[in-house]
Amino acid sequence: MIRLNFEPRLDIPGWINVLIPVAAVIFGLFAGGILFFILGVNPFQAYWAVLIGAFGSIYGLSEIVTKAIPLMFTALAGLICYKMLIWNIGAEGQLCMGAIATVAAVRYLFVDSWVIMFIIMFIAAALAGGIWGGIAGFLRAKWNVNETITTLMLNYVAINISEYFIYGPWKDPMSMGFPFTANFPDSARLWVWGNTRIHAGIFVALTIAVILQVLLKRSKWGYEIRVIGENPRAARYGGMNIAHNILLVTFIGGAVAGLAGMSEMAGLHGRMSRGFTLGYGYTGILVAWLARLSPIYVPLVSFLMGVLLVGGDTLQVVMGLPLASIQILQGLILFSVLAAETLSKYKIRLIRISAGPAEEAK
Amino acid sequence: MDFLIAIMASAVRSGTPVLFATLGEVVSERAGVMNLGLEGVMLIGAYTGFAVTRATGNPWLGILASFAAGAAITLIHSFLCITLMCNQVVSGLAMVLTGYGLSALLGRNVIGETISGMAPLKLPILGDIPFIGPIFFQHNAMVYASYLLTAALCWFLFRTRPGLNLRAVGENPRAADAMGIPVSAIRYFYSIFGGGLAGIGGGYLSVVYAQMWIEGMTSGRGWIAVALVIFGLWNPARAAVGAYLFGGVEALQLRMQAMGTSISASLLLTLPYLMTIIVLTIVAIRADKGIMLRAPAALSVPFRREDRD
Repeated sequence: MIRLNFEPRLDIPGWINVLIPVAAVIFGLFAGGILFFILGVNPFQAYWAVLIGAFGSIYGLSEIVTKAIPLMFTALAGLICYKMLIWNIGAEGQLCMGAIATVAAVRYLFVDSWVIMFIIMFIAAALAGGIWGGIAGFLRAKWNVNETITTLMLNYVAINISEYFIYGPWKDPMSMGFPFTANFPDSARLWVWGNTRIHAGIFVALTIAVILQVLLKRSKWGYEIRVIGENPRAARYGGMNIAHNILLVTFIGGAVAGLAGMSEMAGLHGRMSRGFTLGYGYTGILVAWLARLSPIYVPLVSFLMGVLLVGGDTLQVVMGLPLASIQILQGLILFSVLAAETLSKYKIRLIRISAGPAEEAK
Repeated sequence: MDFLIAIMASAVRSGTPVLFATLGEVVSERAGVMNLGLEGVMLIGAYTGFAVTRATGNPWLGILASFAAGAAITLIHSFLCITLMCNQVVSGLAMVLTGYGLSALLGRNVIGETISGMAPLKLPILGDIPFIGPIFFQHNAMVYASYLLTAALCWFLFRTRPGLNLRAVGENPRAADAMGIPVSAIRYFYSIFGGGLAGIGGGYLSVVYAQMWIEGMTSGRGWIAVALVIFGLWNPARAAVGAYLFGGVEALQLRMQAMGTSISASLLLTLPYLMTIIVLTIVAIRADKGIMLRAPAALSVPFRREDRD
């Protein structure tokens, strides 16, 4: 008889942090290719379409960056909570609330100065997202309500609220019946680079990544977060206020995701339309995990995931596959990261177990 | 009165797919494996059930296939969580992504097609009882199957030896192991079985309820099922109450839309999700005060024989 035996590795070499995500992406794409083949989609043709769509033109390249921007926000939003083992999967809804707050700010608090308008939109979106995340954080901190489910339920609530506004009170009277809000005036738009769609949201996202990296790695608070995540018992003995920190990370995470909504509204779309969240909240979870929960890797991983998303658009246009097909690859990559993490923590050996005496006697 | 009966009858009808998924998750979590990926598993079940019913014309084969497909996809989750001891939350999320994407890709060619579904079946005698009859016994065979399954699982979990072993594995795997119970094998079996039931939940949705395939047609029901397991305190009978409560809110919301209230449809659609949050909070407050039971002690904790506690 043969059995798998898992022995813990005593020291985990540093290069493994790089190897895991790389190997996982390769394996995920490989498994996805086999799956595509089984489903009657030519994997070479599909991956070639992804590559051409993403790297075949300046437009493709700029689109990768455009899609990486919201991913940076949502990944950072999730990451700060996951560090503490708070399973906030509500970035999608928090992004949505941030976007609603941005549109509201432009509608009701408009000032014809881009500096003041930026500040107003920033605060509105961060507050709205922060409160949306904070609701789940409050319930978890106070009564231990499962935050995975509350954050997810709040996603559906937020999306429906946005649709209420898009189809209802905020519908553009000039839209000929199409469901979207009125275009933002110029002073409520972020700077856009040349004739690409890359916008100033990228600077906000990169700044947040740097701030979070410093906070998590260098500050006393970052240390507390890590201890609470890795060893809650020690944290409690050390007198750390866990409830307070849960509220704090869910609020900050929500605020960061809310800013993704602001950046999408003011930077990219300039108005709110149906389905604008595009699943960035969920893809962000994958980015956070692939970045090994390190803010500094988030921009790079977001870019790579942007390749996949742009490629997904191409798959839809060129091969007529549903946009959601790309989620298969995302899921398989996430499975592979998880499996690779175990393989890095344990040495796995096949051991032969000799049959017991009772069997041998036969 | 007729209005009330109509609402409660449709509460049972729309609660049934969630009930199947919730029962599956109860079994899996009782064994210590949390599957947050029900949404993805249900979608796989929904597509498979629809496709097989469409190809064979037999809804029973469709339901059977949705069980098999749900069980098969859950095998990935079981392998990662049990053998590789991975994080169950993240693996569940990967299940949602994969299940959603896979069902969307598979279902791209059957969008817009319809099937005849399952014939309504009014039970003799029981169906004629005033009030109770129209609410519970004038549906279809799958609804009655869900009653039987709920009762059977209650009996199995709390009254039989294998049920006790199952709970032991979820409460204290170390002690179970010492008693010679094969912890990993039991976890594999029940998590996969639970995935199969979630697959049936999806199959019911496409084959019996909607009678067509729509991308992402579960619209959060898988997640609601995860929440209802907590509401039901890991007890099949209480889970059924939760599923019908959810079905009731959904039925009420549909009815209000049909009657043309001035409240926007989008805002009405938030009701089931808001109710789930409120219900979970009430349960948590009561658990906090020590009035209610808690989760299986070893839920989502991987088991490795060599580890010390």
